[in-house]
Amino acid sequence: MAIEERDPLTGHRTTGHEWNGIKELNTPVPRIVYFFLITTTLFGLVYWVFMPALPLGTTYTKGILGYDERNVVRRDLARAAQDQAHWRDVVAQADFATIAADETVMGNVREAGHALFGQNCAVCHGVDASGNAGFPGLSTGALNWGDTPEAIEETIRVGINSAHPESRSAQMPAFGRDGILQRAEIEAVAAYVRDLGRSGADGAAADHPEGAEIFAANCAACHGDDARGNADVGAPDLADDKWLYGGGLQTVYSSVWAGRQGHMPTWEGRLGSLNIKILAAYLDDLRKARP
Amino acid sequence: MFKLHYKLERRAIGLTLAIIAAASIGGIVEIAPLFTIDQTVEAAPDMRVYTPLELAGRNIYMREGCYACHSQMIRTLRDEVDRYGPYSLAVESKYDHPMLWGSKRTGPDIARLGGKYSDEWHVRHLINPRDVVPVSIMPAYGWLMDNALRTDDLSGQLAAQRAVGVPYTDEMIANAGADVYGQANPDSAAAAGVTSRYGEATTVRLFDGDPQRVTEMDALVAYLQILGKLTDAASQDTAAVETQ
Repeated sequence: MAIEERDPLTGHRTTGHEWNGIKELNTPVPRIVYFFLITTTLFGLVYWVFMPALPLGTTYTKGILGYDERNVVRRDLARAAQDQAHWRDVVAQADFATIAADETVMGNVREAGHALFGQNCAVCHGVDASGNAGFPGLSTGALNWGDTPEAIEETIRVGINSAHPESRSAQMPAFGRDGILQRAEIEAVAAYVRDLGRSGADGAAADHPEGAEIFAANCAACHGDDARGNADVGAPDLADDKWLYGGGLQTVYSSVWAGRQGHMPTWEGRLGSLNIKILAAYLDDLRKARP
Repeated sequence: MFKLHYKLERRAIGLTLAIIAAASIGGIVEIAPLFTIDQTVEAAPDMRVYTPLELAGRNIYMREGCYACHSQMIRTLRDEVDRYGPYSLAVESKYDHPMLWGSKRTGPDIARLGGKYSDEWHVRHLINPRDVVPVSIMPAYGWLMDNALRTDDLSGQLAAQRAVGVPYTDEMIANAGADVYGQANPDSAAAAGVTSRYGEATTVRLFDGDPQRVTEMDALVAYLQILGKLTDAASQDTAAVETQ
């Protein structure tokens, strides 16, 4: 029941309420508000028809478009796989020598490998693959489990001392803690090993004859008589100047005293065989570029 | 146009009922999606619950505010699936009370962190992130290695989780203290109880490398190493996507 009385100043109706002579205006709602109210309501109705919207007890309306974010990502992934098939198929089927010889494929491998390495490997091995104490540098020098791209691929696949059933496994005994060697003996062999890379096998043996003897009796079985390591058992090369845990006398002593058991996760379940092969080819390429 | 309104305004009961009707629309909009919860949350029969050590680690994760910088939610976007792995499913958060999806990434998403890096890396990274990642801006959490883990309240924590629907058994609740010790000490007698109660796939390791005591570091690393590994449903879901 609208009040027909109009305010003479504004021309609007009043509500009919009056307080001591002051009357309340019944200002109409601005038209723009109606416009947006109607527009959004119409949009809502259209959205209900086209998109998943209304719950119906145990199910819901799927909408005419059948939109599902999982379908979208599925389509995007399939499209990406299709776009990259021209070089990924080559990587999947060819051997490493063929891949390395194909510049077009290698260009893609370098790009994809760099992204894969950055996301998965770089936090331990460093963004430039130069390594960190306890995490080997991969760009130069000998690798504990072999340098060939095939060996690198296998190491990435199964990991080292990992949860994978075929994991590469190696454990250096704790010569000091387990009482195999005495303190003085460890000091002697640590000094010998530390100097191997600096003064060569002959120089180190001349400076530390006792250490050389202890090395031959205890360490050579895995690391080799010449201390060049053995990739079959993951024993590192001790005669080069590359150190996994650090080349200080104290660090070498700690390694002999308490042993070492590095851990590299298995990547088979996470990356899949093709991405692992791309990483192996990428690392092989990186190593060739930095001899 | 306002006739109905003018009439309602003059009837107290009518106006009250109309206000209730209008306000309840907002409630229905929030509640109605729960009617279809069975369609939203996938089935994951292989899903296991958090062990007491992982639950304690989860509490430390919340205490230290890790969720403020790390999300645990991989969205259904190609670049996220490419980078982090299969997108997150609702069922993966089934036993998360509260969920820790997060809403902001200063650091990376860690929904699939479990098993990605070694325990040793996690320990060194938490003590000083710059030690392993020179450009990292993450704060250091060195005290985790010093603090002994509080274990006397864990049975109560498990009971509280059960009250909101996590299927912990009486045996799990009673042995929470022993299981915490066993999971962080693989050579101890208590270790066998952990695998028998929580499954063979449970990670029983010297997480922080210190066999003498159970530290907060043990708990947090145990939790980080299980992220995304309570169930295999997500990778199966994405595998199904790829074959379709």
